[in-house]
Amino acid sequence: MTAGATGTVLRVRDLAVGVRDTDLVLVDAFDIARGERVGLIGESGSGKSLTALAVMGLLDEGLQVSGSVRLAGVDHDLVGADDRRMARVRGRHVAMVFQEPMTALNPTMRVGDQVAETMLLHGSRGSRSAARSAAVDLLRQVHIPDPEQAARAYPHQLSGGQRQRVVIAIALANDPALLVCDEPTTALDVTVQAQVLDVLVSGAAARGAALLFITHDLAVVATVCQRVLVMYGGHVVEAGTVQDVFTRPRHPYTAGLLAASDLDAVDDRGRLRTIAGTVPAAGHFPDGCVFRNRCPNAQDDCAVAPPWTGPHQASGYACHHPVPAVAEVGRG
Amino acid sequence: MWVTVLQRTAILAASLIIASVVVFAVLAVLPGDPARVALGVNATEEAVVRLREQFGLDRPLVVQYADWAGGLLRGDLGTSYVSKSPVGPQVADRLQVTGILVLASMLVALVVALPAGVVMAVRHRRLSGLLLSAVSQVGVAVPAFLAGILLITVFAVRLRWLPANGWTPPAADPVMFLEQLTLPALSLGLVQGAVLTRYVRSAILDVLHEDYLRTARAKGLTAGRALVRHGLRNAAVPVVTVLGLQLATLLIGAVVVERVFVVPGLGSLLLDGVADRDLLVVRDVVMVLVVAVLLVNFLVDLLYVAIDPRLRRAR
Amino acid sequence: MTAALAPAVARGWRRRRNPSLVVGAVLVALVVLTALVSFVWTPHDPTFVEASVRLRGPGSGYWLGTDKFGHDVVSQLMVGARTTLFVGVVAVSVAAVLGVPLGLLAGMAPRWTGELVMRLLDLLLAFPALLLAIMLGAAFGASTLTAMVAIGIATVPSFARITRSGTLQVMSTDYALAARAAGRRPSAVAVRHALPNVASLVIVQASVSFAIAILSEAALSFLGFGTPPPTPSWGRMLQESQELLFVAPRLALFPGIAIALAVLGFNLLGDGLRDRFDPRLEDQR
Repeated sequence: MTAGATGTVLRVRDLAVGVRDTDLVLVDAFDIARGERVGLIGESGSGKSLTALAVMGLLDEGLQVSGSVRLAGVDHDLVGADDRRMARVRGRHVAMVFQEPMTALNPTMRVGDQVAETMLLHGSRGSRSAARSAAVDLLRQVHIPDPEQAARAYPHQLSGGQRQRVVIAIALANDPALLVCDEPTTALDVTVQAQVLDVLVSGAAARGAALLFITHDLAVVATVCQRVLVMYGGHVVEAGTVQDVFTRPRHPYTAGLLAASDLDAVDDRGRLRTIAGTVPAAGHFPDGCVFRNRCPNAQDDCAVAPPWTGPHQASGYACHHPVPAVAEVGRG
Repeated sequence: MWVTVLQRTAILAASLIIASVVVFAVLAVLPGDPARVALGVNATEEAVVRLREQFGLDRPLVVQYADWAGGLLRGDLGTSYVSKSPVGPQVADRLQVTGILVLASMLVALVVALPAGVVMAVRHRRLSGLLLSAVSQVGVAVPAFLAGILLITVFAVRLRWLPANGWTPPAADPVMFLEQLTLPALSLGLVQGAVLTRYVRSAILDVLHEDYLRTARAKGLTAGRALVRHGLRNAAVPVVTVLGLQLATLLIGAVVVERVFVVPGLGSLLLDGVADRDLLVVRDVVMVLVVAVLLVNFLVDLLYVAIDPRLRRAR
Repeated sequence: MTAALAPAVARGWRRRRNPSLVVGAVLVALVVLTALVSFVWTPHDPTFVEASVRLRGPGSGYWLGTDKFGHDVVSQLMVGARTTLFVGVVAVSVAAVLGVPLGLLAGMAPRWTGELVMRLLDLLLAFPALLLAIMLGAAFGASTLTAMVAIGIATVPSFARITRSGTLQVMSTDYALAARAAGRRPSAVAVRHALPNVASLVIVQASVSFAIAILSEAALSFLGFGTPPPTPSWGRMLQESQELLFVAPRLALFPGIAIALAVLGFNLLGDGLRDRFDPRLEDQR
């Protein structure tokens, strides 16, 4: 790859997504290594999905993107590439699994044909019949019972969990270097979530594909991911290994997220912990530190944007008044 | 799937029976006696009685209905009280003319509406889309017969490019046939095209927001190819429904446009029948038009099931 | 309007530019105003036949000229607006009075009854306004009344359909279910909860149906199945103009423009009202 020799799959620098004069996402830097599984967490409206769509080149026409997104095996920057060039990248080098399996598949096309299509598009199978049988194989790999019959079915004949497996099969079809997953299990029944996650992770591992895993479910991140990026207000506010971030969060927002997800932890009045206030609407975040209007530690100097503190972009936080490094969080 | 077909067929049969009763009943309750009406005020009592016996108009209404409906099933539309000639062959001739006109108009409407609707949807926030939208809105507001009059004024009266009216069978003189077909087909088709454009636009707009279109792009299709390969078939479902309704509208619109262009179709036959107080002709033509509309709706229902696999399970 | 309400309303207006609503309302107001004015004043007697002024051009004391009988075109257009609105109001009222209760019934009745009602209404779709009017005209003689009744009956299915789908939606909402669970009869729930909710749909449908009624009335008058002479009507003005297309095409143009503007007005008003009642659809129309 042109972007780095150390087996980096994705390299994002100074990524900005915005409408007119409002910035929705401002990400300084993050990398994903080959085969690495990285979680991207944060509340709704934090810019997770926009970041993912920017990587895919699937942002709405009205949004402006700048900065640099480089992908292993692709000889041009993904930012600013036209739809025709991006189409050759999508589904081949980077693939995506969406949140809503019920609507993600074309209702008027047989499932097998939808899986085969992505291989035919990128020429990874020579003939229509080869792509068809490869599609059946893929459906078997994602543990769909009776894959031959499923390939001939229409999406409405499959359950939500099975449809999500089909979407995963489509994403894995061309052995992409990076798999972007946007809340892939959120819409599923709790009972099938674990199975679908397993299919997803083992499928990616078998191909050496890296995962960018977007979710607000911290338990899922803890099981699936090695590293985690915490986003708030369009910024990455903390990054590190799952172990470090989840046990010793430094950014007050991360600490708040963890406390809010801990169902054993209650405050002095016996109520579950929450983060005070709500996520502001896009464009209405405070300047300086985006979290300062909800932050328990905020002081006057937070009006100045905090610099990144840490050895490198993969580990550290952006905060003037971080949570003390040794404090145990969540149990008060 | 076959359950659906059977179900629809049963509904069609029931609809046809009810419709025939309604048509018969409405035209049977009229104040005058059809024989007296057909012969005029000066006819002698004997002549009226003779006509009544000749056409069985003295029998109970139920018998008359059974006679008429039975004839319809055999393709026998009866004999006119006024001209004393069989109605069937006349209707067949006229139906052919109206059929050609309606299909040509539908062609015009589709040629206009499909590209215009897609452009309006894809560029719905840009000037070109908004302009097309405004044009179609004006087109919807113009009745077909007015469009016909305006087209005659421009192309027949001012420019003298095309004949103002008339009809020649295609076999007799193909060039003349096309020249005379052009203006009536345009006036019906352009107006219907304006209506259809708006449906195509909203069907495509709906599809553009669908998740599966994003999935298709994530697979490696450009936005345009994703729309063509995955969007159009899904957008076709609502459009086909409208097409069916539009075919019915065109059939009725043809009645008026035939009058504007002096085309000898079903519409002229119907209006002449009313003018001559030839009630059997009126009843037959109305019934033929109703049957045509019901048949089109029936076919649309089936087409729908063929397009959208979700409807194939018997509902 | 109270002073306290004014800012809220103003904000509502500013919330979204709605050119359809504005243009539509202006055009409809124009037609209504013309019709109203015609009751007290027209430039000339619209039905006075004056052989000496036949086929005058525009100007010369007749703004838009005269027709083949010597009728003043402006006066005829003004009184024609009256005819058009009268037919529209009666036809749409007939349709709404029959269609809305049928739709409510079909929406709250047991499933099979609802299906049956809708199937029967579907059958009515096989009898478009024009065909129905010609049939009624053949049976009872053509008149404004048969035209209005035919257009009204042919429009019943649109009202019933929209009311039914609105009712079904409301009846499946949590608050309707809660009311049912509390022991209210379906009819009470429908009248209490569904009716107010479908009101906006019905108003939009009324505007759109009005436009269709104008088109049907014009076509019927053109064919001689609508308003009989001497009452002026836009459709008949067109019919009378047709034989004179080579001599005086303007006689077709003016009533044509009048019909198109009126229909455009009611269509735009309908679109505008729909956007206003349901802003979620903003992108889709």
